[in-house]
Amino acid sequence: MNVIGSLYFYVCAAVAIAGAIATVTARNPIRGAVSLLVMVVSIAGLFLALSAEFLAAIQLIVYAGAIVVLFLFVIMILGESSSSVHDKKRIVSRTLAAALLGAVSLGAIVLVVGVSTPLQAPRIRAGFGGIDAIGRALFSDWVVPFELSSALLMVAVLGAVAIAKGDIKRPLESAATTPGSASEEQP
Amino acid sequence: MSTMNLDHFVVLSAILFTIGSIGFLVRRNVIVTLMSIEIMLNAVNLALVAFNRAHPANYSGQIFTFFVIAAEAAEVAIGLAIVLAMFRLHRTIRTDDATLLKN
Repeated sequence: MNVIGSLYFYVCAAVAIAGAIATVTARNPIRGAVSLLVMVVSIAGLFLALSAEFLAAIQLIVYAGAIVVLFLFVIMILGESSSSVHDKKRIVSRTLAAALLGAVSLGAIVLVVGVSTPLQAPRIRAGFGGIDAIGRALFSDWVVPFELSSALLMVAVLGAVAIAKGDIKRPLESAATTPGSASEEQP
Repeated sequence: MSTMNLDHFVVLSAILFTIGSIGFLVRRNVIVTLMSIEIMLNAVNLALVAFNRAHPANYSGQIFTFFVIAAEAAEVAIGLAIVLAMFRLHRTIRTDDATLLKN
């Protein structure tokens, strides 16, 4: 990798890691969503470095354009109650578990990098990862999963509407008085 | 560019996945939990695209990333709908309070 390529990678990687940490530690979910947006955009930049131009565009359109905006909408609907209160309950054990998981993962990464042979990027033909090549692959070899994914998205839309529509009975009061008898109630 | 080292991308993907999994396990806010899942799926996508760059004979990695993004959009739509339904029932979005199926 030449100098500019390395610099580009390290800037994108640092921004992605900072965005991920800010997302995970955000007390205010709006900030978390914006940090997620930062991470998504830097990952799109890394896709460009890996010569996956079509996926970089898809990443920007689907994530930045749809998913993060959906998160922001839901956070705004929930309003004040979407932010988490400061949670002292089992804070020590949770912090310890997080530190242990992080340490084990870092150790595993170092170990694997130490024993593995470097992954080299071979020379690629022109147009690799462009919309022409991906489109040809998508509509020849992968046409059945592609059509099935449209069915998946359709089912997801219908399910989201059915779940979020709002005619859910409130079984909580009956559950509080007579435990065990509330499970018959269905929306 | 023919000697580009792809290990950095895979290591970055592993680090991002670790951050996402820690967030998923430690946080109690459902929205932040869903965002942690997004971070993990993004890390996996990055690894898939990097491996596709290492084996550029076909487009399996990039196509798989495409389908992961599609499944992810569906997952977020359903997940946020469940969050809204849960908020309507409980007036809270903490995972500790989602105990409807417990008894």
